[in-house]
Amino acid sequence: MSSDQNILVKLNQAGLRIDDKWLVKGVSLQVEKGKIVTLIGPNGSGKSTTAKIALGIYKQIDGSVEKYTTKVGYVPQKISIDWTLPLRVNDFMVLTESLDNETIDEALSLTGVIHLKNKNLGDLSGGEFQRVLLARAISKKPDLLVLDEPVQGVDFTGEIALYELIKKISDELNCGILLISHDLHTVMSATDHVVCLNGHVCCSGSPIDVAKNNEYKALFGEQASQILSRYEHRHDHIHTDEGKIKKN
Amino acid sequence: MFDDFFIRALVAGIGVALVTGPLGCFVIWRRLSYFGDTLAHSALLGVTLAFTMEFNIALSVFIISSLIALILIQLQKKTNLPGDALLGLLAHSSLAVGLVVIGFLTFIRFDIMGLLFGDILAVSVDDLLIIWIGGALILLTLKFIWKPLFASTVNYELAEAEGLNPDRAKAIFTILMAAIIAISIKMVGLLLITGMLIIPAAMARNLSTSPQSMVMYSVIGGLLSVIIGLFTSLEFNTSSGPSIITAALLLFILSLFKIKQSIKLKN
Repeated sequence: MSSDQNILVKLNQAGLRIDDKWLVKGVSLQVEKGKIVTLIGPNGSGKSTTAKIALGIYKQIDGSVEKYTTKVGYVPQKISIDWTLPLRVNDFMVLTESLDNETIDEALSLTGVIHLKNKNLGDLSGGEFQRVLLARAISKKPDLLVLDEPVQGVDFTGEIALYELIKKISDELNCGILLISHDLHTVMSATDHVVCLNGHVCCSGSPIDVAKNNEYKALFGEQASQILSRYEHRHDHIHTDEGKIKKN
Repeated sequence: MFDDFFIRALVAGIGVALVTGPLGCFVIWRRLSYFGDTLAHSALLGVTLAFTMEFNIALSVFIISSLIALILIQLQKKTNLPGDALLGLLAHSSLAVGLVVIGFLTFIRFDIMGLLFGDILAVSVDDLLIIWIGGALILLTLKFIWKPLFASTVNYELAEAEGLNPDRAKAIFTILMAAIIAISIKMVGLLLITGMLIIPAAMARNLSTSPQSMVMYSVIGGLLSVIIGLFTSLEFNTSSGPSIITAALLLFILSLFKIKQSIKLKN
């Protein structure tokens, strides 16, 4: 059970309308300490918009947002940085909060980019930059992490390692994470709560609940449903013999 | 010591350069060159107002420039015109209105050239006080809003999401822009103030790898421009503003050699 004290951010029927077009509507969710909430949904379903509503970037919203922390780390999906700025990785790390050298080094080491510390931000590759973004977000030891497709462009092995890191951070810092991802495999194994969006909340619950939901199946197809169930499955059983244990 | 007009000009110029250095970096980073121009052009209106009302020039320029900035923000919200068109509209119309008003004020003798291009002879001890006290206030305020302003310059959404209140920083910065124009108008003249803001900062960009070093080089570049420019102005009897800006341009050209070298090193 969750007590109210654990709630970091709470959306009540939140929505955003721009020029009479709803980007997302009627979203209710909450992120608690130590919990990972994942937003899934097709392109244009309002995942990033929901994250930005939770962060308070949009001011003119429908419904309400209650935010109970100011220690926030954010990895945006798209980031347009003016590359004409003279900005090294080191300068970028202290962008929103002053940190000592050790803290910076630690965060950069965790995401595997410590060797880039004095490089110009504009000289990084997409995957390297993504690792720096994640390092910056976790370095300030936030209460709430909002990660909008945090591993895009990262190589396959790095992707798995970074998701493990995210899970570890959630446990160690006891921070709440609002995660957006397309990768159902990797995400579902660590997620506590899934919210499936398609302009509105189409369904939500634990990964297994969502997997069983018919709307979810309609949206993502039967195969996606099996992915989710498999993770639940893995928690239930020990696979002694691959072929023989089969649910459904 | 301040009896000598040249010493006064030098002290004034150094005061201005210390402030335009860091502010100019933000003008470049935030792409505000034309915004600065617009505010500067509107300063003429402020000067005429000061003469008619027998008001302090710096204060009235500051008020008019802030007003123009407010009008710009309102126009941006209410019209569908692009930003540069609005800036041009305000810049030229306020300059024109200012000149028309001067035409009516036949009872006052205006040194138009001095207004447009700066006049070192015109710097009084009062002006020095305004430049140094005003400049110190501008720098203190800039230091106070540095983090949110810089963070939102890099990325607005990151700054907003992580609770830095970038909108407030932006509003305060606009006021600082009006203030620097108000205090430097006598030195460089209203047509060249933006040059004083952006040319040393542009030179600094060629030499720097971090935001801090760019600010430092920008200040040094501004100081050198003022000193070289004023001595030239004294020697050849040229207007102080154009002399300072020309010196800044020369430094910028020199800085291009450094950038060539570092590109060569990279390859």
